[in-house]
Amino acid sequence: MASSSIFDENYDVVVIGGGNAAICAAITARRAGRNVVVLEGAPEFYRGGNTRHTRNLRCSHDGTAPTMTGPYEQGEFLDDLYRVTGGQTDKALAELTIAKSRELLGWMDEQGVRFQPPLGGTLSLGKTNAFFLGGGRGMLNALYRKAEELGVVCLYDAKVTGLNIENGYFVSAQVDFKGVDQTVRGKALVAAAGGFESNIEWLKEYWGEAAENFIIRGTRFNRGDVLRLLLDAGVQPVGDPTQCHAIALDARAPKFDGGIATRLDSIVFGIVVNRDAQRFYDEGEDVWPKRYAIWGRLIAQQPDQIAYSIVDSRSIRLFMPSIFPAIEAQTIGELAGKLSLDAATLEKTVADFNAAVQPGAFDHTVLDDCRTQGLAIEKTHWARAIDHPPYYAYPLRPGITFTYLGVRVNKEARMFMTDGQLSGNMFAAGEIMAGNVLGKGYLAGIGMTIGAVFGRLAGEGAALHARN
Amino acid sequence: MHGTSSLSEVDRLLTICNGCRYCEGLCAVFPAMEMRRTFADADINYLANLCHQCSACYSDCQYSPPHEFSVNIPAAMAVARNDSYAQYVWPGFLAGVFNRNGLLVTLLTATSLAAFVIGFVLWVDPAALYSRHAGDFYKVMPHNAMASIFGAVALYAVLAFTISLTRFWRDINGGTPIGGRDFGRAVIDTFHLTYLHGGGGGCTSEDDKPSPSRRIFHHFTFYGFLLCFAATSVATLYHYVFGWHAPYNLVSLPVILGTVGGIGLLVGPAGLYALSLRRDPTLTDDKRRGMATAFIAMLFLVALSGLLLMLLRDTAAMGILLAIHLGTVLGLFLSLPYGKFVHGLYRFLALVKYAAERRQGAFVE
Repeated sequence: MASSSIFDENYDVVVIGGGNAAICAAITARRAGRNVVVLEGAPEFYRGGNTRHTRNLRCSHDGTAPTMTGPYEQGEFLDDLYRVTGGQTDKALAELTIAKSRELLGWMDEQGVRFQPPLGGTLSLGKTNAFFLGGGRGMLNALYRKAEELGVVCLYDAKVTGLNIENGYFVSAQVDFKGVDQTVRGKALVAAAGGFESNIEWLKEYWGEAAENFIIRGTRFNRGDVLRLLLDAGVQPVGDPTQCHAIALDARAPKFDGGIATRLDSIVFGIVVNRDAQRFYDEGEDVWPKRYAIWGRLIAQQPDQIAYSIVDSRSIRLFMPSIFPAIEAQTIGELAGKLSLDAATLEKTVADFNAAVQPGAFDHTVLDDCRTQGLAIEKTHWARAIDHPPYYAYPLRPGITFTYLGVRVNKEARMFMTDGQLSGNMFAAGEIMAGNVLGKGYLAGIGMTIGAVFGRLAGEGAALHARN
Repeated sequence: MHGTSSLSEVDRLLTICNGCRYCEGLCAVFPAMEMRRTFADADINYLANLCHQCSACYSDCQYSPPHEFSVNIPAAMAVARNDSYAQYVWPGFLAGVFNRNGLLVTLLTATSLAAFVIGFVLWVDPAALYSRHAGDFYKVMPHNAMASIFGAVALYAVLAFTISLTRFWRDINGGTPIGGRDFGRAVIDTFHLTYLHGGGGGCTSEDDKPSPSRRIFHHFTFYGFLLCFAATSVATLYHYVFGWHAPYNLVSLPVILGTVGGIGLLVGPAGLYALSLRRDPTLTDDKRRGMATAFIAMLFLVALSGLLLMLLRDTAAMGILLAIHLGTVLGLFLSLPYGKFVHGLYRFLALVKYAAERRQGAFVE
C-alpha cells in the first residue's frame, strides 16, 4: 500500500504498540470486521517490545493441555498473585485476568501460536506456565503472520509523537513514520505501547544519576512516549512510578536488549560484594527463583551500581553458565586485583565469611542448613567456605525489565480519566496497564497473561465502539 | 582455542544459546547443547552434524542479526559441518574437494559419461549399438564387465566411508556406551526426519512462514534413492541367486521399484532445487552451496536417464541411452564419498550419539 493511502484512511481501530497485547487486540478487532492499523515504533526486527524476550504465559487450566502438567485452578493462581503483590492488585481485574486466562491456550492455538512442554531447567513451571515453541519471538512471528493474513495494516518505524485527545476522546495520532510526520485518524484507540524502562532520562527522575548505570533488558524502543502522552492528556495513572522490575545481570551485557541470556544465577552459591569489597545482603535468603528479582534493586542501591558475585571451584558448575567468561584467579588477592577491588578488604571479607560458616549438609535444591553465624549480614542458606581455588567472579549490574507505572482501566480495558470518568474510545492493554493487576513484584509469565487477556478485551471494546 | 574460525564461531554462538535455551523444543541440537557447558572441537562437529538446518531457530531468535550478538546458528553450523567432512575425509589429501564440489562432480560425471559413450562407440559393434535388443542391455555391454566396474567403484566408496566415518565417530563419541536401541532410535529419526521440522511447524529456510516443503521433497529424494537401491539389490539377487537374467518384465519387482524410486528421484531433487533458489543465502554456507546442487543434479540425471532407458529400451536408442545412464551412475558413485551424499551418514551417526546421550541423561563434562 502506498504510504499516502495508508494515512488517508480513517481507521476503525488504531493500535499503538507492537507486542503481544497490541497484536492480540489487532487480531481481535480485525476478526470483528474492523479495519485496523498497528503503529509499531521499532523497526521490524525489534518489533514486539518486551514480548520478544519472553518465553511463556501463565494461565489457569484444567490440566488437559498436552504441553502442561496441571491443573492450575483459579484460586491457586489468585493466591500466587496476592503473595507476590502483597495485595497490591485491583481484585476485580485480577480475578477477571485469571478467569480469562483459561481461554488463552485455545485462542493462541487458533492464531497459529505453538507451544512446547517445558524442558531442561523449567520443569517447575510446567503446571502454571505454557511455553512458546521457540520463545517469545516465535510466538510474535505467529501472531504477526495471522494479523497480516487477516488484513491488519502493520507499520514499523512508526513512532507516535502526539495524541489528539478531546475531552477524553481519541481523535488522531501524530506519527513520525520513517522520518516523515503523518496523521493517523481512528474511531477508537488501543494503547499497548509498554512502559518506560528504556527511557534513562525518565528513570533518572526517580533514581538520579544511578540510572546511568542501569542495563535495560529490552530494546531501546520501550521509551514510554505513549504512556507520557496519555498521562499528560489527563488519563488516570496507576502503579508506583518509582518502581521497576530489576534483576542482577552480568555487567558486561549490552546496554539494551540483552534479554534473558545475560542474567546470572550464581549469587546463592557464593558471596556478593560491592565496590568496597563488602557484602551487603543475605545471598541465601530463599530459593533463587523467588529472590532473583530483588537483586537488581539491591545492586542499584550500592555505590556505582556495581557488585561482584564470587564463587569457588566447588560451585562453578552448579548454575547455568554466563555467556561471558568468569574472571578467574588462584587467590582471593589476585581476584581482587582483576576486579580492581582493594585486595586486603576482599581477603578480610572472604576470611570473615569463611570463619562464620557453620557445619551443615549442602543441598542447593532445598533450603539447606548451611549458614553463617556471627556476621553483621548473615548468609542463611547454602553458605560454604570459599576456599577451593580457582576462584571465580562475575561483575553485576542492575538489569531493568519493566516499569510499574501505567494507566488505570476498567474491566473492558477502557481508560479512566483523572476526573474519574471513563474515556469514550480509549483502551489500554499490556505493560502500559499491567500495574492495575500487578502493583508490585512479579510472577513468571504474568506479563503475557495480562497482555493477552487485556489485548483481547481492548480489541473487543474498540471494535464494538467503532461499530456504534 | 579452536582449530578453525568456523569452530570458534559456533562456540561463541552456543555459549550465548546456552544462556537462553528458548529453542530447546525445536530440534536435537539444543538439548544436546544443554548437556554441555563448554564446546570442544569434537563437540561442535557432533552438534553441527546433528543440525538439520531447518532454520527455525533463526527466525525465532531474539539475538539474530542485526542484534549485536549476531546469532546465526543455521549458517555457522552449515560451515562447521562442511568443514567436518573435509576434516575426516579419506584419503586426507582430498580435503579440498568439498570446496569446489560442483566443479569436481561435474568433471567426474563428464569424464565417466564421455568414457562410456566413447567406449561404446569404439568397442561395441555399431550394428549392435544402434539396433533393437528388446531391452537386453547385456547385448551391448556384457554383464560381467558392468558388474566388475560398478562393484569395484562401490567397494572403494564403502572403504572411503568406513574410514572417514570411523574417524568422525572416534572423535565425537568419546566413551559413551552405545546400545542397539540407540541405532533403532536413529533409524526412526532418519526415516522420519524428526528434526527437519522446526519442532512441529516446519522449516523457515525460505521465509518466516514455516513450511513442510523441504521435508517432503527430502522424503521423495531419500525414499526414491532407497527404492532404486532396492531395485538394484533385488536384481542382483535375481541374477546370482535365482539365475533370472535381465531384461525384467515391466511388472517385475526390480522394474517397479526402480520406476517408483526413479520418479521420487525426479520429484525430490527438482523440488529441493526449486526451494534452494528461494533460500535466504545468509542461512547457508553460501560459498559451498555447489555441493548440494551438484548432488541433487546428479540424482536427477541418474533418475532421468534411467527412466528414459526403461521407457525406450526396446528401441534403437537403447545403446546410447545405456552409455549415458551408466556414465552418470559412475559419476555419482565416484563422487559419493566426496560430495553432499556424506551428510546423511554423518548425521545418522550424530543421531545415534544423541539417542545414547539422551537415554543416559548424563551431563557431559
